[in-house]
Amino acid sequence: MRPAKKILISMGFKSTSSRADRHLNMIVLLLTGFTILLLALIVLFLVAESWPFLSSGWRDGELWPDLFQNRGWYPLEGRFGMSPMILASLAVTLGAIAVALPVGLASAIFLQFYAAPPFAKGFRLLLNLLAGIPSVVFGLWGLTRLVPLITSWQPPGASLLAAILVLSLMILPTVALTSASALASVPRELLTGSMALGLRRTTQIFHIILPAARSGIANGALLATARALGETMAVLMVAGNVVQNPTGLFEPVRVLTANIALEMAYAMGDHRAALFASGLLLTLLVWLLSWAAHRLNRHATEALYG
Amino acid sequence: MADRVLGWLVSACALLVVSSLVWVLADVVIEGVAHISWQFLFTAPEDAGRAGGIGPILVSTLWILLIALAVAVPLGLGVAIWLSEFAHRHGHFVGSAQITLDILAGVPSIVYGLFGNAFFSVYLGLGFSLLSGGLTLACMILPVFVRTCETGLRAVSDDWRSGALALGMSRSSAIWHILLPVASPAIVAGLILGIGRATAETAALLFTSGYVDRMPGSLLDSGRALAVHIYDLSMNVTGGDGAAYASALVLVLLIMMLNTLAQSLVDSWFKRSLVLP
Repeated sequence: MRPAKKILISMGFKSTSSRADRHLNMIVLLLTGFTILLLALIVLFLVAESWPFLSSGWRDGELWPDLFQNRGWYPLEGRFGMSPMILASLAVTLGAIAVALPVGLASAIFLQFYAAPPFAKGFRLLLNLLAGIPSVVFGLWGLTRLVPLITSWQPPGASLLAAILVLSLMILPTVALTSASALASVPRELLTGSMALGLRRTTQIFHIILPAARSGIANGALLATARALGETMAVLMVAGNVVQNPTGLFEPVRVLTANIALEMAYAMGDHRAALFASGLLLTLLVWLLSWAAHRLNRHATEALYG
Repeated sequence: MADRVLGWLVSACALLVVSSLVWVLADVVIEGVAHISWQFLFTAPEDAGRAGGIGPILVSTLWILLIALAVAVPLGLGVAIWLSEFAHRHGHFVGSAQITLDILAGVPSIVYGLFGNAFFSVYLGLGFSLLSGGLTLACMILPVFVRTCETGLRAVSDDWRSGALALGMSRSSAIWHILLPVASPAIVAGLILGIGRATAETAALLFTSGYVDRMPGSLLDSGRALAVHIYDLSMNVTGGDGAAYASALVLVLLIMMLNTLAQSLVDSWFKRSLVLP
């Protein structure tokens, strides 16, 4: 706590409080309480709606088989094997990160160390512009440009590959921008020091700058992973949506989010509960990712100041 | 030698990124401009959207956005003020609230759609309507908005607070006349993030605000948002690609326009209450 704040508190900030202050305190407290209630309701409703599915699985001891053995997704017959869609979600997400991270990192290095200032400015502008483009527009572009291109090479076209390419294009601006800001926040002395030592550019970048910016880059990558995992429309439009284990790059797949969007309109009873359960699963995965990012931040802060 | 190879490599990657992004952008602009006209903006869609325009869809989109912002902005500002000014700064509650909000900010939009369908459409009985769509989006943008505003308020230097105290200002007028105006760039950033996410949202609206492309008669009517229209045209309507690209162009321009509007609104709102050196 900074000294100014300490003085404020020791002087008793509360002692100057007027009636208006008490009213404001009441109002914001009320708003906060309302928001907490609303956000608690989200979790409550997700669990409550998926409860029939979860509890029936527990009772018969069949939840794990349903999730992880391939019993097929036949909602009308009461068979809710989600594993092909979980695998497809993971494959699409990992594929998109595997494409976007190296390319995005390389463009960040280019932006930070190689580009001429006016070009870097234009590049940054383009990345910012594209980071704000709705995912449905990327989906539309993938459907009308990319899928026909892949079809002419390896039919049917709408496939794992198309989903990976569209998603990686979508998260590329985010990855590049966060990596660039991580590189920019590396202390200047490290760079000047390594220059003074006469290190080569390659050594500077790979042995000095990248390790120093590691946690910032990883943080951006985790954010992008969460976005790729949760993306619905862009994947739904180009992935072909056949429920099957992802065996090849050119096979159509259906991911968890797309499954919810496709079937929610007519799902009833257990089927609806199963869709809510897959939503819960997505939330859990995102929670794991943000936990990892949180740990990473703490380690980075400790390494810096600890 | 290695230096030169690395230089080539990163330049090639940058070129690849620029060219593919320009390809997407150019496609949207070229295909969109070919199909767009004033008539397209203001007439109703005909023949499942192949012909006609997007008039009612624009109206529905703006209504949904308006509802979402009208709910999320006051709530979000209140929570942000409470978290940064009233709550115990380093208490456990604030820490866990921040983590919870960060997690909720990352939850996929389709999960908010599931919640909106279960709570607003079914439990509260609002059905497929603009109101349930807008409220769902409000829940979706709330965590991000709170976190950006809170970070902005926290970043305001304590000198402002002690200055206000020294002048004998009450806490509420200090917040209203000093802290909020100083933190207004963060509020604008939060607004822009929220507007961008809400206007671009498709998945959460599919089963909360529905699919109907008529002009909505009231807030309890179902209405189709622009992003949903693009999805429907490209996936379910053969020969709808031209109209889909035109709608995509309108959507991108709409987001840009709204961002500029938000920026200038917040600026003019706070300008009269504070003159910064």
